[in-house]
Amino acid sequence: MKPAPFEYHAPSSIEEVLDLKHQYGDDAKFLAGGQSLVPAMNFRIVQPSVLIDLNRVSELSFIKEDKNVIRVGSMARERHLEFDKAIQKHTPLLHEAVPFIAHPQIRNRGTIGGSIVNADPAAELPVLMLALNARLKAKNKNAERWIDAKDFFAGMFTTALEPDEVLVEIELPFAKKNTGWSFMEVAPRSGDYAMMGVATLITLDKNKKCKSAKLVYLNAGDGPVEAVEAEKLLEGEVLNDTLIESAALHTSEKEINPFGNIHASIDFQRHLANSLTKKTLKQALQRAEENF
Amino acid sequence: MSQKLSVTVTVNGTEYTKEVEPRMLLSDFLRHELGLTGTHVGCEHGVCGACTIMFDGESARSCLTFAVQADGHEITTVEGLAPDKDNLHPLQQAFWEAHGLQCGYCTPGILMSMIPFLKQNPNPTEDEIRHALSGNLCRCTGYQHIVDAVKLAAEKMK
Ligand SMILES: Cc1cc2nc3c(=O)[nH]c(=O)nc-3n(C[C@H](O)[C@H](O)[C@H](O)COP(=O)(O)OP(=O)(O)OC[C@H]3O[C@@H](n4cnc5c(N)ncnc54)[C@H](O)[C@@H]3O)c2cc1C
Ligand code: FES
Ligand code: FES
Repeated sequence: MKPAPFEYHAPSSIEEVLDLKHQYGDDAKFLAGGQSLVPAMNFRIVQPSVLIDLNRVSELSFIKEDKNVIRVGSMARERHLEFDKAIQKHTPLLHEAVPFIAHPQIRNRGTIGGSIVNADPAAELPVLMLALNARLKAKNKNAERWIDAKDFFAGMFTTALEPDEVLVEIELPFAKKNTGWSFMEVAPRSGDYAMMGVATLITLDKNKKCKSAKLVYLNAGDGPVEAVEAEKLLEGEVLNDTLIESAALHTSEKEINPFGNIHASIDFQRHLANSLTKKTLKQALQRAEENF
Repeated sequence: MSQKLSVTVTVNGTEYTKEVEPRMLLSDFLRHELGLTGTHVGCEHGVCGACTIMFDGESARSCLTFAVQADGHEITTVEGLAPDKDNLHPLQQAFWEAHGLQCGYCTPGILMSMIPFLKQNPNPTEDEIRHALSGNLCRCTGYQHIVDAVKLAAEKMK
């Protein structure tokens, strides 16, 4: 198992990256952490003729607090997200979920940008981007644009990025006031891709009614799946066990579309979704009340 | 097509310069170019952990990194652990004493994962040890003796 030959470039600025991509076009692939791309190259499922390594572009590697948002460079390592104080404080949902991504040995190299662009339906970060209303900044040689997470994921391993675009930055809004969060998943072994998982947010209004809810699932369709109808069931209501149960039933039976795999049948995935929805809603509600 | 690039890399404190094809994996570079065969190769897609090394002090899969990417960086392999020919590193000594290996194929990768783990968490619980071992597969031991060895190592390294 060895990769096919390729030509290698290791530019040190975004400008050079974009020039190289412009020059080589579709033949060239970006190399970030390599934790998804290199396995695919070792299997020769992917055989790019040119690799543009982003690891020496230091301007892509940052996590910083700005006004009401956290800005993360696409080359920030998953391991750095895990221990970042600003992320812990302002996007606790992300802080809670990152340790579920693979193993430390993988997170030391794997990047936020690589995971988002890879758009694996079983991955955590795409789900989190949707749940957190992230905005993603893409750049080509001539222009840059911001894409909302909800418009970014376009199906199995597919995104709204154009072939000549590189993802440069992720903008994460601070958690809203009176918001509780919860991330849970079930995997065969810790660090494996999960059979089912959900990122949940509850924001309460001044009367402690649910002002807004977010329920986004991994491994539940051909990309991150948001249960819009279940969210609507919860919004405007005082959350109680009956309501939580009907939301969980609705989302697990009607809104998600899991495919089943060697570890879990479709029925088992729906069962997990039901149970995780209830658990995360209860935990998120409790945290929202604690932070009221 | 067969571009060759010069790589200068420090491995276990010694600097090496070699010309390699960009597609050469760091695992193959260590084994075939430098003769450091302590780093083992199992799955070559990141799952088994046998090839784990330290890249600038942090554990990483050498089968998922190209040798050219290590240019200017510091690598530590299992050969870099023992202080000299006659003495083992306390972590290695603990694996010896607690029977933390049978065939030994997984051992170098496990050691290179446990070094940074114990540095970050010098007093781990059994749960934390098992969690930290989840990125390394062992087909022989059933893990119990590996867990015991890591516990013993934590004691020794205090
Ligand atoms: C054993 C193992 C277990 C894993 N378990 C999990 C898991 O449980 N959950 C999970 O989410 N992930 C898991 N992963 C995947 C891991 O999180 C990857 O690191 C991640 O999916 C890809 O990030 P990367 O930086 O390594 O990207 P790469 O592999 O370098 O790149 C992935 C793709 O994105 C493109 N790309 C990368 N960066 C950019 C950019 N800035 N702009 C445009 N295109 C770009 C590349 O060209 C490539 O097509 C696992 C990996 C392994 C090996
Ligand atoms: S050989 Fe690298 S993880 Fe298996
Ligand atoms: S001792 Fe044989 S694989 Fe672990």
